[in-house]
Amino acid sequence: MTTIPLKLPFKIDLSRPVNPTGIWDWITTIDHKKIGVLYGVTAFLMFITGGIEALLIRTQLAGPEMKIIAPDVYNQLFTMHATTMIFLGVMPLSAAFFNYIIPLQIGARDVAFPRLNAFSYWTFLFGALIMKSSWFLGGSPNAGWFGYAPITTTTFNAGHGIDFWVVGLQVLGVASLAASFNFIVTIINMRAPGMSFMRLPLFTWMTFITAILLVLAFPVITVALIELMLDRTFDFNFFNTRAGANPLLWQHLFWIFGHPEVYILILPAMGIVSEILPTFSKKPIFGYAAMVLAAAFIAFMGWLVWSHHMFTTGLGPIANSVFTITTMLIAIPTGVKMFNWLGTMWGGNIEFNTPTLFSVGFLSMFLIGGISGVMHSFSASDYQQQDTYFIVAHIHYVLFGGAIFGIFAGIYYWFPKITGRMYDEKMGKLNFWLMFIGQNLTFFPMHFIGMQGMPRRIFTYDANMGWAFWNGVETFSAYIIAFGVLFFIINMLKSWGNGPKAGDDPWDARTLEWSISSPPPVYNFLDVPKVEALDDFWVKKQKGLSKIKSKTKPKDIHLPQASYWPMLASLGLAIAGYGIIYNLVVCGLGIAMLLITVCAWSFEPVNEPDAH
Amino acid sequence: MVTNQKNKINKSDIHEHNHPSVITYFKVAIALISLTALEVVVYYFDWLGYGIIPVMAVLSIGKFAIVVMYYMHLKFDSKLFTYLFMAGLILAMVVILWLMALFGWFK
Amino acid sequence: MSDETTTGLNNRKILMWVFLGSDCMFFASLIGTYLIYKGMGLPHPGPSDVFDIPTTSVSTFVLLMSSMSMVFAYAYLVRSNIKAFRIWMISTIIMGATFLGFQIFEFSEFYFHDHLSPQTNLFGTTFYALTGTHGIHVTIGVVWLGIIFYSSLFRNTVSAKTNLDLDLAALYWHFVDIVWIVIFAVVYLFGTFKGFPS
Repeated sequence: MTTIPLKLPFKIDLSRPVNPTGIWDWITTIDHKKIGVLYGVTAFLMFITGGIEALLIRTQLAGPEMKIIAPDVYNQLFTMHATTMIFLGVMPLSAAFFNYIIPLQIGARDVAFPRLNAFSYWTFLFGALIMKSSWFLGGSPNAGWFGYAPITTTTFNAGHGIDFWVVGLQVLGVASLAASFNFIVTIINMRAPGMSFMRLPLFTWMTFITAILLVLAFPVITVALIELMLDRTFDFNFFNTRAGANPLLWQHLFWIFGHPEVYILILPAMGIVSEILPTFSKKPIFGYAAMVLAAAFIAFMGWLVWSHHMFTTGLGPIANSVFTITTMLIAIPTGVKMFNWLGTMWGGNIEFNTPTLFSVGFLSMFLIGGISGVMHSFSASDYQQQDTYFIVAHIHYVLFGGAIFGIFAGIYYWFPKITGRMYDEKMGKLNFWLMFIGQNLTFFPMHFIGMQGMPRRIFTYDANMGWAFWNGVETFSAYIIAFGVLFFIINMLKSWGNGPKAGDDPWDARTLEWSISSPPPVYNFLDVPKVEALDDFWVKKQKGLSKIKSKTKPKDIHLPQASYWPMLASLGLAIAGYGIIYNLVVCGLGIAMLLITVCAWSFEPVNEPDAH
Repeated sequence: MVTNQKNKINKSDIHEHNHPSVITYFKVAIALISLTALEVVVYYFDWLGYGIIPVMAVLSIGKFAIVVMYYMHLKFDSKLFTYLFMAGLILAMVVILWLMALFGWFK
Repeated sequence: MSDETTTGLNNRKILMWVFLGSDCMFFASLIGTYLIYKGMGLPHPGPSDVFDIPTTSVSTFVLLMSSMSMVFAYAYLVRSNIKAFRIWMISTIIMGATFLGFQIFEFSEFYFHDHLSPQTNLFGTTFYALTGTHGIHVTIGVVWLGIIFYSSLFRNTVSAKTNLDLDLAALYWHFVDIVWIVIFAVVYLFGTFKGFPS
């Protein structure tokens, strides 16, 4: 133990934490389950802020020529709403599940790199804080979540708003990359004996494919952001049209990342639904291998379609045709998955509880979003649809009706496992119906007004356009969604503390996480499971073999020890981020802190020799 | 020590990989020097015209390949590493070529 | 780390290869940007005005030899010949630092003598960004190797048993070398070849 006495009223102990408690436990934890909870709570709070941003947008658009929100604030609102929902909402909510559930599903005690895992969370938190602090530090980014150059260059956007976006996204990117590296190695290398790849639960498969997409896609946006940052901070010329730069460079780099990104957003939700439907249909997933292949095909094809976001930029007929064809092709594996989910339910003994409702909601809403997607895929018709509310409709059907519904399904499904308590089913159903009705009434009419020509990203519209009625409906319905989310929050708060005890396997489910206690012990499994089949837990239950007494004592299980370094390294990165925006000396200090903490981290053993 | 797995399964191919001898590494170094020298020599052959492109490509890819296969050991290690690296490398090449096409390089 | 793993392979080694695959995409985006902007914007100073192929050939040679030296360092560590390991390690570090020296020399020539800065034109922007990023990668590598060398001298933690630590650093080092192979061919040689019909 190295104690460094300082002249303070209290002693600061800088030695490595051993079994820390309270807030230090949360700050230094490297336990994937705690990290999952941290991700989930933080991401949900961010989701709420994104929802508030949405409600402000909708309120401003409720009627023609309203003056509730000024135009420049409006631009910040839609930029922050989308950036929040995508990077601070859906992705980290999915990450919460990756963290909590993956090691349990593969029969492992933790992820491959527990400290790197903690680092991912803290970096996410700081990235989120950097992004959201823009509201209070002079203005948020205002150029859309896709930040097209040159409108994001200092020539056209001089304040710090875009800098927050550029820096925040890079920090968030580091978090996502670190997490994905971790999950790839974990899923390859920490599976229980007998758990071959084709015996992995589908949620794990989707996570694996998502992580591979992520580590290949994020470097591209990182380069784009670095280029923009170099332009803004040091007057480089990447997007300086006066120097001959081509604005399309940004769009290409962004969408080469951006299209795989949307599959990164949806595949985890697809994985969640692929767990829930078999459980509550009391049938195995229909066509397991086809589901895996379809996801792999989607991931592969996702790289070949990016310019369908650029059909109206004048790429020419050959490029437009090629991207039309590739985009249409990618609907096929998605269709395969749809049919397989339906096939899973067909003939099943279906329990329509909240997770099932959200999953069926996912199927139907994602289907509608997919259909409008096919309509955009054809470059000729996209000429009419691009940059209208028709696209906004598509986005929200796939991301809200799709990804968010899938995530909510997962929250309800795994709530008893994580908390050991059952949520209120009646309130859950109420939450679902309010969100479902709200979602459809808010976003379906956007197809209409989009077709009638209402552009995206306008802060108001003229009374003569004929858009007022549906905009009014949409705003009212957005509040229905909010109301539904409110019931969700009440349900969670009420049930987490006081819900009835749930037991290990309240759903009579199929995968390994249900074979251990709720909540799981810190070491997950007393004995590492020996897997003999797909849905091994279910198979063992049918044979009566699921409850075998173990001879292992918990105190004989050694787990990785807590550490300060991940959080401190993240802090260094965050300081560097603020430094780039405000003061390069601070940036240097932040980088120095990052380098020092990373070195200290690499010299720190996984466990101190004298600690348990 | 972190005890994570009680039993090993499917010990896929190589744990004890063959180490090429020091002589092989030296031969690779000679090859690298020669290929680089060749690249620089060929660079001055203006008469090659557009032919310089396949020549340079072959020479560079050759250097790239022997460093990856021998120095980075990919030839002797588990195929898993090859798949992981190739995924990134192939995608990178596809993206560069496609971008070049979109910006009129291959008209 | 000799944990039992599903594949029998080490977690950190798999991590390094995944990282290198990912880094391919990172450099691809920078190289792609360079190629997209090649020949656009203000033509002077351009590659033909500033590049000195003989000098860059020497620095390329130095970096390639550092890869050879790296692989010898690893081979001797695995054979427990710590003395030879240290000699080849320090050679690698010196050659890496020499390469960086060449880069700094080249950058200052371009900047002060040829008046090519990142702000001058698209060539300056894309050239400095691409080779600068590569240079930062090399610097990180030199520091990493330096820390291992320091550890072997003063911390007694480097031995044949812990050769994985060096293996990981070596993989990173070779990767940085192969990226340079591509940059040398695409940016320097292809960029200033005089045989293209104009």
